[in-house]
Amino acid sequence: MVIRIGVIALQGNVEEHIQAAERVLDERDGGEAISIKHGGIVPSCDAIIIPGGESTTIGWLMEREGISSEIKAAAKKNVPILGTCAGLILLAKHGDGEINKTKQPLLELMDVHMKRNAFGRQKESFEALLDVPVLKGDKFPAVFIRAPAITSAEKNVQVLASLNGYIVAAQQKNLIALAFHPELTKDMRFHHYFMDMI
Amino acid sequence: MKMELESLRHGTELIKRGFAKMQKGGVIMDVTNADQARVAEKAGAVAVMALHAVPADIRKSGGVARMADPLIISEIMDCVTIPVMAKVRIGHFIEAEILEALGVDMIDESEVLTPADEKYHIDKAGFTIPFVCGARDLGEALRRINEGAAMIRTKGEAGTGDIKEAVRHMKKIMGSIRELKGMNDEEMLKVSRELGAPFELVKETAEMQRLPVVNFAAGGVATPADAAMMMRLGADGVFVGSGIFKAEHPDKMAKAIVEAVNNYDKPEVLAEISKGLGGQMKGLDVHTLSEDEMLQTRGW
Repeated sequence: MVIRIGVIALQGNVEEHIQAAERVLDERDGGEAISIKHGGIVPSCDAIIIPGGESTTIGWLMEREGISSEIKAAAKKNVPILGTCAGLILLAKHGDGEINKTKQPLLELMDVHMKRNAFGRQKESFEALLDVPVLKGDKFPAVFIRAPAITSAEKNVQVLASLNGYIVAAQQKNLIALAFHPELTKDMRFHHYFMDMI
Repeated sequence: MKMELESLRHGTELIKRGFAKMQKGGVIMDVTNADQARVAEKAGAVAVMALHAVPADIRKSGGVARMADPLIISEIMDCVTIPVMAKVRIGHFIEAEILEALGVDMIDESEVLTPADEKYHIDKAGFTIPFVCGARDLGEALRRINEGAAMIRTKGEAGTGDIKEAVRHMKKIMGSIRELKGMNDEEMLKVSRELGAPFELVKETAEMQRLPVVNFAAGGVATPADAAMMMRLGADGVFVGSGIFKAEHPDKMAKAIVEAVNNYDKPEVLAEISKGLGGQMKGLDVHTLSEDEMLQTRGW
């Protein structure tokens, strides 16, 4: 059976995620990466990626297109789900004041408290080398763009990386949330780590 | 918590172009106050462009159009969680420094405002925050990218609600990119000279078969159908200026344009989206404008 990675393609950095997934699939046993713009496709996927973008826009469009409920169902069936940046926000169960202000819908799948724009505005966006013990070898080049962060997590959540007191990579069983953009660099270790879960 | 500043790199090309990539598939809306910004955010805008007046009113009022009052921009920044952009005059690097100090997320070096320098655009590479610039053709786009622009948009003809110029510019850029396909270095070198753009950028564009940065449509988008048309022509997303807050029901129009951008390839959905939106921006046929009323000819 061909492995199928679905990238939620409502808004944001979709193309880069599809290209990254294809590259990683090629390095493994092959498979396909498809974009998901409408309901009905999520159930056919072996893994789901929620890309970076504006979480308010992606969240509302996911509701309108009926994709949110399908992702929640997939999460229950242990389908691996990777959320990067806006994807982290959407996976979180608890938000901060900004979330209350916008009343944006979340998927509420991971037992974490999250803060939007945790590091500030675009001027404060940055690149950094991260210590990620589960990825063997060198530090991981991470790109943070108006990035969110996890401020606290319950015991069932494994912290994969931290920076300046914030959790910036975390895993809860089949769910992985990253505050940064592994699809923007050439280091594919996080994608391999994710696809190992399929 | 103290930041480990020495280990963090800010304002890199990757960060600036990456910011623009996060806007893809989205709608960026012109707003003139905090209330309008809230309407835009609620409708699903990926960012707002803070202005003292929408382009249609700037066109009407005449005179010299400048950067908006930093107070208005700050109020808008305080009331929404999505990125806030603002415009500076072409070449006005001090207005740009002011906006950077203010902390806006992206600067639009825009022909909608009255140019401050008739010879030089801003040296954008030196800034930490990213820039978007208008272009009518591939040469203009690549020259702006070479100056450090992290995002390109068509110029169209702002404040008219007439889509034809944006269509012209998008088709011209896309057509020129297609023409580069299969060219050898010698041919691309000639193109690079003709366009006044570096060879490396021409070659990168030829190989990628798209602009090396995100490319939005702007200038005349007034309806969901306009937005969908620009997406079909290859735009990565859409700026809407006067089209939303000059419509009878801005909230409905804003939501409809966001949905249209997501469903640009589904005519039956577009039909539903377009129903009962109320009065649209009245608009202005570009052909009724004289040469010196055109905004798109500002910049080079």
